[in-house]
Parts: sequence; structure tokens; C-alpha cells
Amino acid sequence: MNASAGLMLRLAPYLSVVAIRFKILLQYRAAALAGFGTQLFWGLIKIMVFVAFYASATSPPPMSFAQVLVYIWLGQALLALLPWNVDSEIATHIRTGGVAYELLRPLDLYGFWYARTIAFRSAPTLLRLGPMLAFAYLFLPLIGLSEWALPDPAGGLSLLLFVCSLGATLLLASAITMIMHIALLWTVSGDGFNRLMPGIVPVLSGLTIPLPLFPDWMQTFLYWQPFRGVADVPLRIYSGHIAATEAGFEILLQLAWTAIIIAFGYWLLIRGRRKLVVQGG
Amino acid sequence: MADSIANDFALYLKMVSQSIRSQLQYRLSFLLMSIGNFVTSGVEAFGVWALFDRFGTLGQWSLPQIAFLYGLVNCVFAVAEGLARGFDIFGSEFVKTGNFDRLLLRPRSTVLQLAGHEFQIHRIGRFVQGAVVFGWAVWMLGIDWHAGKVLLLVFTFVAGVAFFYALFIIQATFSFWATESLEIMNTLTYGGVETAQYPLAIYRKVFRRFFTYIVPLGCITYFPAIAVFGIDDPLGSSRLFQYMAPCAGLGFFAAAIFLWRFGIRHYTSTGS
Repeated sequence: MNASAGLMLRLAPYLSVVAIRFKILLQYRAAALAGFGTQLFWGLIKIMVFVAFYASATSPPPMSFAQVLVYIWLGQALLALLPWNVDSEIATHIRTGGVAYELLRPLDLYGFWYARTIAFRSAPTLLRLGPMLAFAYLFLPLIGLSEWALPDPAGGLSLLLFVCSLGATLLLASAITMIMHIALLWTVSGDGFNRLMPGIVPVLSGLTIPLPLFPDWMQTFLYWQPFRGVADVPLRIYSGHIAATEAGFEILLQLAWTAIIIAFGYWLLIRGRRKLVVQGG
Repeated sequence: MADSIANDFALYLKMVSQSIRSQLQYRLSFLLMSIGNFVTSGVEAFGVWALFDRFGTLGQWSLPQIAFLYGLVNCVFAVAEGLARGFDIFGSEFVKTGNFDRLLLRPRSTVLQLAGHEFQIHRIGRFVQGAVVFGWAVWMLGIDWHAGKVLLLVFTFVAGVAFFYALFIIQATFSFWATESLEIMNTLTYGGVETAQYPLAIYRKVFRRFFTYIVPLGCITYFPAIAVFGIDDPLGSSRLFQYMAPCAGLGFFAAAIFLWRFGIRHYTSTGS
């Protein structure tokens, strides 16, 4: 057996976990529809707010209005990717003591949960992506609101790099979600940490306000923090605010953050397992 | 009649105080949840500030004026969200599980029982941040206060809580049919908070009409705020209308109770 076939054999159970969970989560169509309605409304409100701000701009903002439109619509379409909540089944396992069974499996616990997390982040996103794009790209121009519609990508290469960057986003967002899962092993403080995430993540990822619009003196800090990789980077690659020539480096940066956060999560899980008390009788 | 209302109210207060006491048993948890609530809702204020830092103004509106609207709607929403928890989780924890049957068997109204179900004290986090922003706005605006404006503000506050409370009741009512808490109502609750942070005048006509005549969000935020600022409404509403507008919040509450009673008659239990 050669080395790559051996690796595939070892990866196979994790890949099938991704596939199975993905198929299960694709069943939640009603939730996706509700999410679509919610995000549509938020998108429209945000656009009207930005229209008003852009109308009163005295100096040209560091981002064109078309680029803001990309940011808003793709941001809303990809909202479910954002690492701000936890897989409630994993949370229940930890709370009820089911984690003991998880530890008995002949799989690496981090790998097993990471595979589940990838499905948890990607399936709901995929369900919402289609309707959102159809609405923002096709439907809005039809009802005479083309000035609010999702613009075309900056170019073919930008589109391709956007898709690559989105793949890195999924890996990074899942790695951050894993930290939240592992934090649950510390019952009280983990819960507190996880409650802070829905506040911090939308701001630092750019979902609240496009990151380039924050004051100039904050830009260095905003550039060197990992949450930028879960929204800001792919959205700006699509709109060309990050030029295609720089996009490669940005994607590498996303992957570097992913590696760092996975390593940290691994270390955290080892520590968490050592102090783990199995709840329930 | 008056006797039974007083008795209901006493019972409600008792349920609320029990709920508070039980939450205070977990002090660290309460503290962390309050801080979490403060931060998650407070970052919105940071976002608004950042936009003003970038753009200077929002048309004719200044940052303190937006801060006034922001603080008002956040305080009002924090109180409503804390009080209406029973209705908020009604779909998933009462209808889906069949637990609502137990409430129906008790010799008290379902509204009273759900209202007293839980009073979430950690919502104080949002309330405090809203109050801080509101205080700053009032200080910056240098409003020419008189008794009428103070009364209007108190009235607006009460009507605003009633308005958001009503949204949670409507959300709960829908779950009689959907047997779930519907996420779509978030557009009106959380989305309403987001929307009301900015003046109604910046939105398109369709949205303005919707938030004035159908879901009267503007009536408990924008219109009374214009009267408190003492400026002319760019939408052209009269001062009298601005003072009377919060009535719509109370009317909306009455309509929600009516809808709730209608919904109960269509309730079929999921329990076995």
C-alpha cells in the first residue's frame, strides 16, 4: 500500500462523517427559508442605511457603493458560515455525558468533531445561498431596483479566487466553531465565552460594517485578526476591492490562521479531556 | 373584577420575584450573561459610531440624534425581551412539547402564566448600554425640556415595551399553527431594533408605511423623538400626531392579545 492510499484510508471515516451530517442538515429547509426571509429584510434595511450615508459623504469613502452592495448581499447569503453559534447536538453530548461515547470511538475526537462542524457550517449556508443570489442578482433588477442589486464579480479571475477563498473560509470558520465546542468542556466559563461570540464575530468579520469603512487608525488591527478571514476577505476578492494579484496572499493568510486555530483547538481539547467530568449517571 | 385584576397582578409579581431569585442562585452565570448581553448589543453602537466617524453626518441627522433613537429602542427592547421570555420560547417549549396543555388546565389565564414564566434579568446588559447611549445623546442634544416632553418620553417608553411585547405574543400565536418558534419574526423583533436605530425618514416609502400603519415601530421611536428634538419632521407629520403616535403601540398590544385568544381556539395538542 502506498502512502497516499494509506492516508485516504485514514481520512475516509472523517469524510463520511462530513457527507452524512451534510445530508442530514440539508433536510432543514423550513429553517433555511425563514433564514432567507430574515436575511433579505436585513439586507434591504442595511442598503437603505448605506444609501443615506453615501449620499452625505463629503470625501470619497475607501469603498465604492457597488462594493458595499457586494459586501451586504454576499454577507447576508453567507451568514450561516459565520462562527457565532454551536452545533446543539455536540453541546448536548457534553452537557448530558454523551461525550463519554464519543471518546470510545476509534476516531480522533478533534477530527470527528471537526468533520461534523464542517457539515454544520456548510449545509445551512448552501441552502440559503441559492435563494439569496437569485433574489439579489436576478429578482431585484426585474422589479426595477437594479441600483440595489448584487453587482457582477470584478472579473473571471476574481470569481475563481473568490470560490477558493470561500473554501478557506469554511475551514477557518469551522476551526473557530471548534474552539466554541471545546470551550463547552469548561461548563460555566465556556458558556460565557460562547455568549460573547455573537457580539464579537459580526463586527470583526465585517458583517456589521464593512471593515474598510472603520476608522483608518483601526485598520492595522483589523487586518491582523483571524475573523477577517470568515467574511471580509472573500467578499472583497469578489468585488475587486482586494485585487486578484493580492488575493493569493490573502487566501494563504486565511489558511495560516486556520492552521494556528486548529493547533490551538487541539491543545485545548487535550487539556479539556484531562479535566473532563462525565455528567449524568 | 378589580379584585381579580389585583389578585392576578400580585400573582404575577410573585412569579417574577421567584424567577429573579432563582436566576440569582447562579451569580457567576448571571454576571457572564449580563456582560455578554452588554457586549453583543453594544457592538451595534460601536458600528453606528464608526459610520459617523467615516461619513460625518447622515444627511440632516447628527450622531446624537441617532444615539437618542438607538438608546431609546434598545432600552425598550431590553425590557420587553426580558419580560416576554415565556412567549419568546412558547413554540419550542410549550407547543412542540405539548406542555401547553398543563397551562390550559390551570385556573388562571394563559397570558398571565406565560408572562410570569420567566423574567430574564441578564437583559439588563442591553438595557444598561442603551441607557448609557441615551444619556449621552440627551446631554449632547441640549434638549429644551418641559413637562409635556417628559410625559411623552415616559409614555413612549411604556408604549414601546408594549409594542415589542406584542411582537413576542404574535410570534407565540403563530406557533399554534407552525408548532415551532418562527425565526422569521426576528425580522420584526431584532430587525425592528436595527431599523429603529436610524430615522424612519431614510427608508423607502413602502418600508415607512409598513412601520407606521401595519407594524407601528416608527410610532414608538421616530415620531415621539421628533417631538422631543423639537424639529420639523421631514416626513411632514404634525406635532399633535407625534405626541399621539405612541398610542399605536398600546393598540398593537391589544390587537396581539386579541390574536392570541383567536389562536388558542385553534390549538391542537401535540402531546400524547
